[in-house]
Amino acid sequence: MTLTTDAVLQIAQAILALAMTCALYRVLRGPRAQDRILALDTLYVNAMLLVLVVGMRGATTLYVEAALVIGMLGFVSTSAAAKFLLRGEVIE
Amino acid sequence: MSVAAAWLALAGAIVALVGSVGLVRMPTFYERVHPPTLGTTLGMGLVLAASALFFFSTEGRMPLQELAIAIFMVATTPATYTLLARAALQRARTEGRETP
Repeated sequence: MTLTTDAVLQIAQAILALAMTCALYRVLRGPRAQDRILALDTLYVNAMLLVLVVGMRGATTLYVEAALVIGMLGFVSTSAAAKFLLRGEVIE
Repeated sequence: MSVAAAWLALAGAIVALVGSVGLVRMPTFYERVHPPTLGTTLGMGLVLAASALFFFSTEGRMPLQELAIAIFMVATTPATYTLLARAALQRARTEGRETP
């Protein structure tokens, strides 16, 4: 049995959605703030990969820029939150 | 060629899933920092390679954006996680908990 490109990409989408669910569970459950921040960063990365796969399914290159923006926002938000945990304020 | 790209994306998705499951299953925070790096290095690399291969084979587009994302993520992820682990250590110390 051979799977078509679209079927394989659909499976990849489902797996990435499952990975996002795992990260979301840790965001909601995570005992402390640092666990939640770490899980949020993982959620961002998984969402970025999901956007890339969606772009491949739609055969449009628009989504690659969207993935770039998601990656940058994930870095900025995670480092700002970690800085807040470390110092109690984001901008000194 | 695009089928090969799809399988690469599937492999990347599985690696990202393994990382996220590890995030759920590891018992302490310091162990939990490790698994997501699977998704942010190998998983991301595989999916970006799939995207680059897909759009190069279908449209002949040079994968410059994919390269930019890869360089950016590889450069920023260790910095973020180091900052986060340092914040966790400092919180544990100020509360008088035991630190590894």
